[in-house]
Amino acid sequence: MDRFIFLTFDGLSRGAVYAAFALSLVLIWRAARIVNFAQGAMAVATAYAGYSVATATGSYWLGFAVALVGGLLLGAGVERVVMRFVDHSSPLNGVVVALGLVLVIQAVLGMIYGNEFRPAGAPFSRDAFVVGGVALLSRFDLWVFAAVIAVVALLVLLFTRTAVGLRMRAAAFAPDVSRLLGVNVGGMLTLGWALAAAVGSLAGMLVIPTELGLHPNAMDIVFVSAFTAAVVGGLDSAIGAVVGGVIVGLLLSYVSGYLGATVAPIAVLVLLLVVLLGRPGGLFGSVKARAA
Amino acid sequence: MTALLEVKGLTAGYGAAPVLHDIDLSIEQGQIVAVMGANGAGKTTLLRTLSGLVKPTSGEIRLDGADLRTTKVEQMVRRGIAHVPEGRGVVTELTVDENLRLGGLWRSDKADARKALDEVYELFEPLARRKRHPGHQLSGGERQMLALGRALIGRPRLMLLDEPSLGLAPRVIAQIMALLRDLRNSTGMTVLLVEQNVRSALSIADIGVVMSLGRVVTRNDAATLRTDDELRHAYLGF
Amino acid sequence: MTDLRERAPAKVPTEKGKNALSLYRHLALMLLGAVVILALSYALPPFRNYQLATVGAYLCVTAGLTVLTGLNGQLSLGHGALMAVGAYTLAMTQNKLAGQGQWTLLVAVLAAIVVTTAVGAVVGLAAARLRGPYLAGLTLAVAVVVPAIASTFDTTFNSDQGLSVSVDPPPLALGYDFPYERWQAWLAWAGALVTLLFLANLVRSRFGRNLTAVRDDEAAARLAGINVARTQVMAFVVSAACAGLGGALIAVLSQSVSPGAFPLTLSLFLLMAIVIGGLGSLAGALWGAVLLVVLPATTHSLTDSFDVSAAVAQRLEGNLPLAIFGVVLIVVMLAFPGGIASLKKFLPNAKKLLPKRKA
Repeated sequence: MDRFIFLTFDGLSRGAVYAAFALSLVLIWRAARIVNFAQGAMAVATAYAGYSVATATGSYWLGFAVALVGGLLLGAGVERVVMRFVDHSSPLNGVVVALGLVLVIQAVLGMIYGNEFRPAGAPFSRDAFVVGGVALLSRFDLWVFAAVIAVVALLVLLFTRTAVGLRMRAAAFAPDVSRLLGVNVGGMLTLGWALAAAVGSLAGMLVIPTELGLHPNAMDIVFVSAFTAAVVGGLDSAIGAVVGGVIVGLLLSYVSGYLGATVAPIAVLVLLLVVLLGRPGGLFGSVKARAA
Repeated sequence: MTALLEVKGLTAGYGAAPVLHDIDLSIEQGQIVAVMGANGAGKTTLLRTLSGLVKPTSGEIRLDGADLRTTKVEQMVRRGIAHVPEGRGVVTELTVDENLRLGGLWRSDKADARKALDEVYELFEPLARRKRHPGHQLSGGERQMLALGRALIGRPRLMLLDEPSLGLAPRVIAQIMALLRDLRNSTGMTVLLVEQNVRSALSIADIGVVMSLGRVVTRNDAATLRTDDELRHAYLGF
Repeated sequence: MTDLRERAPAKVPTEKGKNALSLYRHLALMLLGAVVILALSYALPPFRNYQLATVGAYLCVTAGLTVLTGLNGQLSLGHGALMAVGAYTLAMTQNKLAGQGQWTLLVAVLAAIVVTTAVGAVVGLAAARLRGPYLAGLTLAVAVVVPAIASTFDTTFNSDQGLSVSVDPPPLALGYDFPYERWQAWLAWAGALVTLLFLANLVRSRFGRNLTAVRDDEAAARLAGINVARTQVMAFVVSAACAGLGGALIAVLSQSVSPGAFPLTLSLFLLMAIVIGGLGSLAGALWGAVLLVVLPATTHSLTDSFDVSAAVAQRLEGNLPLAIFGVVLIVVMLAFPGGIASLKKFLPNAKKLLPKRKA
């Protein structure tokens, strides 16, 4: 029972990260109808940048800020320089271009930093508090919850309470009409990519210290988990992404806790298969979206 | 008197084949102009070209004497042009209130945008009752009100309307037409109306323009078109 | 006029006749290919022969993937994983039977194809219900997870170290000093040529036309009486079988299998190879396979020529091909505004530019 409680908290903490990462996928999907397969690689790139700055200056938080700002810039850059010019008549095109980006980003990281794992420290202790003999949460877990909840809250505020959020939603739903109403649709798209990439970078900064460390491929499995989370929730739904993230986090935690860490990726694959075949719309999405 | 909108020798289309051929059109401030014609006559393309959604291949478009061809679509509202597109362009995923606010986001005069929003709610009572409802729950008439109201929040000088009567009951059409005339009379707004519903359009228009196969075939006083049987038979088929 | 009408029936071959004609043509091409490979295998030094063999192994996979992605429009990022399935099956079968003669290799290769086909059928059944990014995501998950499976069942698959494959030396009949690499080239290209012959005929058949019909417009294909789901599953099965063969051949060539040999990057490389090779043509699959072998080798010699430290050289060597592949993939996709589909259209257009011969 103690172990179950520990695994549950651990799963929630992981789930929060997957939720953030899934949210970043949903943001781009809603804005551009592209699943950004390069999101993981982009997040790793900004994490490298962040840790480089942290090492050079001795300040983790400066590095953390650099990673997030780097995410904004990288996201905007990718949309402006590459994705804007993709022909969207076939949904495959965007996927293939994103995969090309994965190769380029991972190669550049490998060239600069090498293909070994580099240690990536956490800003808070990862030792769990023990309450009544039961290990519960670490300071780092609390930081993860706080950061993800803050980001989700900020995004909700942005989209529902601000003019920019309204513009972004309108631009995504009805680009031509929005332009006729004076909305800079291209700008909103760039902004959407920037925000999504920054959220992805945050997820990267939260997950990399809990894994083996920095590596050009560090986010590959995280991407699959987050994609699964987004699909579980229905790619169109922000709430779905958060719920899906928690579900995937708990699943991974229980499976690694009871069956062994190496089985976890297989559990994710099975979950993805079951959801894709069993509930084509995800928990919160519409069935129609799946064919898009 | 110089025209508000001056179109000369306009040719435009999608891809290689032009849809519009050598269109000349001149609209004066405060006029209601009805563009009529069969399906495929190029009426919608004309409106889309005027608001920049379709790029002209040749010809001139001038608003108050200033070239309009280089103006970006998203700048058109700032030049005083409101385009209510075919199918009304209600963003069905957004609520009524969000749709209306969207119409005023570009304005720097926030106080007046706020005021305009209140006026629209006063003008269209049903919209005020459904503020928080998403667009897809609205009826056809309510959607038309929403589209018109959203355009009005920009206080446009020139309103481009694409088939406002489409799919509406005759009673509702009459209300909308009367409203357009009242708006013109009270604000001096200019209206370019594309319609297949010739009777309704002519009932409020000052000028009638008939298009066929991408060309303007006749331009006349609406009153003349209404009463001159020969013209009506020849161009409008009734 | 009458003249024409009388002659017409004789001139227009029947459906069956056409198929037989193209079968002969393909057979002739295959024989020609075999002769070229044979000549090359004697002309090239051992290391080049090994590269030639690797091209043959990759060609099986890229040709199969061309049928799936190019002709049927299903994107798979999981073919590297399917290769792993083929490779592991071959390794385990071969190691069980080792030492009983050359025939065991054939059995092991067949086993690899059968097992991979079965796995491909399962993935294909799921794939037929999915489109675009969903299919890409699922196959990506397969690509990422399969190495994890190999690590998990470490008693069977020996975890990250993988398995070694004992392959018999070339038959003695070929002589004592017959170079091993030449034998490898023969083996790999025997597989590749058979695959090409099979696929070329398949593409020319009714099934081949169904593939493209489904890709171009599913609804129209359905109206034309094509069983869309079955066509898609079959396409997946066929290309999985090819991937299994390719993976088995890679295992034979390297005489070992390990999870590290089939990373996600491999799947992306395969996709890139067929996109650059000209999606939808088997000739393009050949160029793609050549590129997969030549480009890393070229960057290897390129980095050797740079005056940099060993550590930097190693980083460049491992990553430069990735960067080049990625850039080329992006540029190709952006330069052809129609994307994947227009690459195919572009080729016939290029042909039209050539002077026409007068009839």
